[in-house]
Amino acid sequence: MLNILRPALLLLLILTGVTGVLYPLAVTGLAQAMFPDRANGSLIVRDGKAVGSELIGQSFTDPKYFWGRPSATAPFANNAAASGGSNQGPTNPALTEAARQRLQALRAADPGNTTPVPVELVTASGSGLDPHISPAAAAYQVARVARARGLAPAAVEAFVARATEGRQFGLLGEPRVNVLELNLALDGR
Amino acid sequence: MTANGWLQLGLYLLVLLACVKPLGAYMAQVFADAPTRVRRFGAPIERLIYRLAGVRADEDMPWKRYALAMLAFNLLGLLVVYLLQRMQAWLPLNPQGFGAVAPDSAMNTAISFATNTNWQGYAGESTMSYLTQMLGLAVQNFLSAATGIAVLIALIRGFVRKTAQGIGNFWVDLTRSTLYVLLPLSLLIALLLSSQGVVQSFKGYADVPLLQPTTQVEAVKDADGNVRKDAAGNDVTREIPVTAQTLPFGPAASQIAIKHLGTNGGGFFNANSAHPYENPTPFSNFLEMLAILLIPAALCYTFGAMVGDRRQGWALLATMLVIFVPLAIGCTMAEQAGNPALSGLPVDQHAAALQAGGNMEGKETRFGIAATSLFVTVTTAASCGAVNAMHDSLTPLGGLVPIWLMQLGEVIFGGVGSGLYGLLAFAVVAVFIAGLMVGRTPEYLGKKIEAYEMKMASLVVLIPCALVVVGTAVAVLAPQGVAGIANPGIHGFSEILYALSSASNNNGSAFGGLSANTPFYNVLLGICMFMARFPLAIGMLAIAGSLAAKKQVPVSAGTLPTHTPLFVVLLACTVIVIGALTFLPALALGPIAEQLTTLGH
Repeated sequence: MLNILRPALLLLLILTGVTGVLYPLAVTGLAQAMFPDRANGSLIVRDGKAVGSELIGQSFTDPKYFWGRPSATAPFANNAAASGGSNQGPTNPALTEAARQRLQALRAADPGNTTPVPVELVTASGSGLDPHISPAAAAYQVARVARARGLAPAAVEAFVARATEGRQFGLLGEPRVNVLELNLALDGR
Repeated sequence: MTANGWLQLGLYLLVLLACVKPLGAYMAQVFADAPTRVRRFGAPIERLIYRLAGVRADEDMPWKRYALAMLAFNLLGLLVVYLLQRMQAWLPLNPQGFGAVAPDSAMNTAISFATNTNWQGYAGESTMSYLTQMLGLAVQNFLSAATGIAVLIALIRGFVRKTAQGIGNFWVDLTRSTLYVLLPLSLLIALLLSSQGVVQSFKGYADVPLLQPTTQVEAVKDADGNVRKDAAGNDVTREIPVTAQTLPFGPAASQIAIKHLGTNGGGFFNANSAHPYENPTPFSNFLEMLAILLIPAALCYTFGAMVGDRRQGWALLATMLVIFVPLAIGCTMAEQAGNPALSGLPVDQHAAALQAGGNMEGKETRFGIAATSLFVTVTTAASCGAVNAMHDSLTPLGGLVPIWLMQLGEVIFGGVGSGLYGLLAFAVVAVFIAGLMVGRTPEYLGKKIEAYEMKMASLVVLIPCALVVVGTAVAVLAPQGVAGIANPGIHGFSEILYALSSASNNNGSAFGGLSANTPFYNVLLGICMFMARFPLAIGMLAIAGSLAAKKQVPVSAGTLPTHTPLFVVLLACTVIVIGALTFLPALALGPIAEQLTTLGH
């Protein structure tokens, strides 16, 4: 038995050193040298200070800002220290009720707008930190933001266009608008 | 399904299949008995490791000794993960100052990572120190995957060798899997992921200000710590301003690369690959999906190359694809159709140029429907269990796909190594069925399949089935089991069925609403994970030992060819029939019944 246990223990220690210490240190060293911004959280820096991350969504409820995906994180929306979704099933009445409340909030902020609401604006994201909305969800909010800021809709649309990314390599994923970057740009930051 | 959805699926399959031959041929060189060119570079490192560990690399182990070494190594690893979690409060690299993990949760997690399941009852960013993640969890990501490959290679030797006693050396197979296959691929994938925005740093968490401050609602407590009630009996609450967001970091990219390559699936963050720091772009999503099926698919080629007939490997890969592709399409169509419960509201669920539409609850905008549904199918076809969306919020039929793929025994690609040795158990059963039809002693790859092999293969096929069915029954009958349910009605049953299917097939994904971090589920699922891994691996090693000792039977007119489309159909049917017969009643009570209720809307 000992001639099994001894190599088992020693090999475990050695391979732990290789895969648990050397490997992550090598990746950290290389990543920090090659992609320091990305490896350190893709922070958005203004005047030398981090004002957010382009990958981590923030919560917006003010009519003058574009609103992002609803977030089910606790104890407040878009809590980056406790990621997660609602985990509500498709037939759960709570899911329909939550969608209804989000619809009401969107309508109350923009009473004249009667077009159907794009689905991502009433459904919680998987991570609770989704930084993006679809171009359709941004277009839905342009009139409201323009009115709240006293800007022409075309001017707001130009801001949206600058914060929009197409499919990666023209093929992968979906077109999307980065909400935090868009709102920072609208605030002139 | 949208045109872009077809394109993304097509591109994925194309790239995956293009990698099969080069990687498969490489692995065949790595595990060849004779010294090969690809091992020349690593030979000095190998020799050093063997000398330090006191391993005799030339020892040819009989199957029992091979199994014992495998078991001893994995149980020691399990113990280390358990101890690291229990002692992390006193160990370094714990910038958030996390305390010891509770014993039942630590035991569950230790089994989970040692068995390549990576079921997670805990939330990574609020439970595990960097040290535990690195030295415990990430290490097991490598070693459990390497164990799977080692057992598969030993089984292949059983087919190849004639009247032999040994089936190889576990220490050598394990070391070579790690050094030549998993480490280089992980390094490459980790750097690619990091270029997309996956974090990789040892800094503590950072606070950034919120552009629009928000509030959190907190219950008001009296002096005794009880929640105060108003006159109507409701909790009294107050709003607290929140002005900053805490961004979690850590050595994530290195761990996420092996989490996918090793079909482990345990997330660095709670939201797993839905988290933007774990899967930031559509390209990182593509890479992560590719990494999941890469080794399981390429091992089919390795198998063909090592048994000396590549068509045998392609036939097994074809069997996997025959089942995988229709299910991927089905899942995408179900999710694209949207949620009928929202169709009564003024909500636009249609796919258009400017939005993905469909059922977006629990999904991320950057992935939309196509890249999410494909991920769902990939991660449950392989026993990976990483998720880029909350599976609990999938449509009933969209959720049926992952549940059933797991219940098929994780042999449609399956875990690294374990998927293919599982499918080979089904192949043994398939040739036996064919043998019964024509009244001949069945044979596979020139080896007679007799009572001993059939008994072992049946055990390997049936143990996970029994664990799912019995485990689900226990959880449904126990008050502690039902207490964990989050969603009302039929979907609650699906949550339990999903959890047991996941644990009993070493997948690790979840219908996450289920509160599974309780002593009841930690113990029940811990037993399922353990029993689904080691008894199966030992059973396959027993087959390997028995086959290696046999003579080669010459091919005759009565031999069933096992590289033809006919055999692909026979094998696929065997997998499907066992999966369907065993689980149709349970599925009818869960996702199928839930789908029927939505038709009323």
